[in-house]
Amino acid sequence: MNNVYMDNNATTCMTKEVVDAMMPYFIDTFGNASSKFYGIGRNAEQALYKMRESVAKSLNAAKVNEIYFTGSGCEADNWAIKGAALANRSKGNHIITSKIEHHAVLNTCEYLEKHGFEVTYLDVDEYGIVDPAAVEAAICDNTVLISIMTANNEIGTIEPIAEIAKIAKAHKVIFHTDAVQAIGHMKIDLQELGVDMLSLSAHKFHGPKGVGMLYIRNGVRIDNLIHGGGQERGKRAATENLAGIAGLAKALELAVENLDENVAAMIKKRDKLIKGIRDNIPYVRLNGPEDERRLCNNANFSFKYVEGESILMMLDMNGICASSGSACASGSLDPSHVLLAIGLPHEIAHGSLRLSIGEDTTDEEIDYVIKTLPPIISRLRDMSPLYEEVLKGEKNNVQ
Amino acid sequence: MYSEKVMDHFAHPRNVGEIENANAVGEVGNAKCGDIMKIYMDIEDNVIKDVKFKTFGCGAAIATSSMATEMVKGKTVDEALKLTNKAVMEALDGLPPEKIHCSVLAEEAIASAIKDYKQRNGELAADEPTGCTGCCSSCHLHDEENQ
Repeated sequence: MNNVYMDNNATTCMTKEVVDAMMPYFIDTFGNASSKFYGIGRNAEQALYKMRESVAKSLNAAKVNEIYFTGSGCEADNWAIKGAALANRSKGNHIITSKIEHHAVLNTCEYLEKHGFEVTYLDVDEYGIVDPAAVEAAICDNTVLISIMTANNEIGTIEPIAEIAKIAKAHKVIFHTDAVQAIGHMKIDLQELGVDMLSLSAHKFHGPKGVGMLYIRNGVRIDNLIHGGGQERGKRAATENLAGIAGLAKALELAVENLDENVAAMIKKRDKLIKGIRDNIPYVRLNGPEDERRLCNNANFSFKYVEGESILMMLDMNGICASSGSACASGSLDPSHVLLAIGLPHEIAHGSLRLSIGEDTTDEEIDYVIKTLPPIISRLRDMSPLYEEVLKGEKNNVQ
Repeated sequence: MYSEKVMDHFAHPRNVGEIENANAVGEVGNAKCGDIMKIYMDIEDNVIKDVKFKTFGCGAAIATSSMATEMVKGKTVDEALKLTNKAVMEALDGLPPEKIHCSVLAEEAIASAIKDYKQRNGELAADEPTGCTGCCSSCHLHDEENQ
């Protein structure tokens, strides 16, 4: 099989419907939405309003003007955190986040630490869950922002966001959530969730790359990140990426429309994949929760005694696209911060493999992965001096 | 990111395995860093008659182990000790900068097996340290130096 794509947590393939929704804004309605004195510009402005309205509806935001388009999910995270921190500097300089956030959040927090902010990085449990009681305990008089992700991109943990939002509200602290991995994979109802800010990125749910969104609840004041013209009601300068936003709005509409059906189908396939791998490969652990607190499309394993990049290369030779949290795969000295935060020793974290399915993943593809992976792991183990010791140990135990 | 030669040695590694009753065994790296190389040699009259390896690590770690063992097979121990990480890299048509430490590890693994041989023969003091300090950053230092 060629190109069995098992890396939907990295990015997704755009659907034809989404591409079709974008096309009018390249040539026909190419105008600048700020140029209101002629038809092409006005058409663009009206189209933009409809897209914003559609996004607000898909996420059940209370107001259309709570939706701000950005150039990426990463920008939305940066804006939410730096913007809230700087706008509230007179009130305090303390931020609460978790150890398993995406680098868009973690590196932004580290940057703010260099500029006088104090950051609490909360621990998570062995499944990657942030304890709401720990969030509450970390709140001080000078806490201005809490940022906890909706769902983790590596191990698929769904965090108790609504509960944390209640705590934040009770203490009058701004609460931001990075929902980049959650959209299209679980229900997101902004009024029900009660968060103050939420980031998303179109390319994670079959939209285009290079466009994201930040929801900012009315009444929450944050500083601008990008200064310039008066776009996005003066909050985010830059000529609007109309085609990209059209793609985002359409992809979100489709994701929400078929959500329950898609989630149920993906859970079935995900569980088949997890079972197939566990039944056929020894010395394996599933990283992340095993219940309804796991994203419907994520499976993350650690294969003891082998290294992740080698697994990826052999999978690639067999036409399977996946990712790993090993140091080599991430190009750093340490394995994934998420795997270390859930308590895995380095050597187990190095042997991690993330397989993330999509709505379009077929049963045949799942079967192919279940058939292809065991000989790869066993081949790498046969080469591994760590496994040699295990086999000798087993032999000694038998004798 | 990898050359065709690296991919070839990764997909079809030469000299994988163990040598029973090997008279030289060296192991470098550690699991924490994500790479361990273990080299077995059968040395007769100072000539490496056979060499095998086992490696836990990334594609580059496996490919450099394979290439380094090929390069020392049939050589005298003194010739083998002259093997440099640079020679292994060149033989593989280069490595990405962040993988240079794998070639350093391969050089050290060969040297460590030969030291073991010399220690067994009383040519070296038993407490002579082997190449690898067990500290990953010492290998990664080579990455920076070679960039």
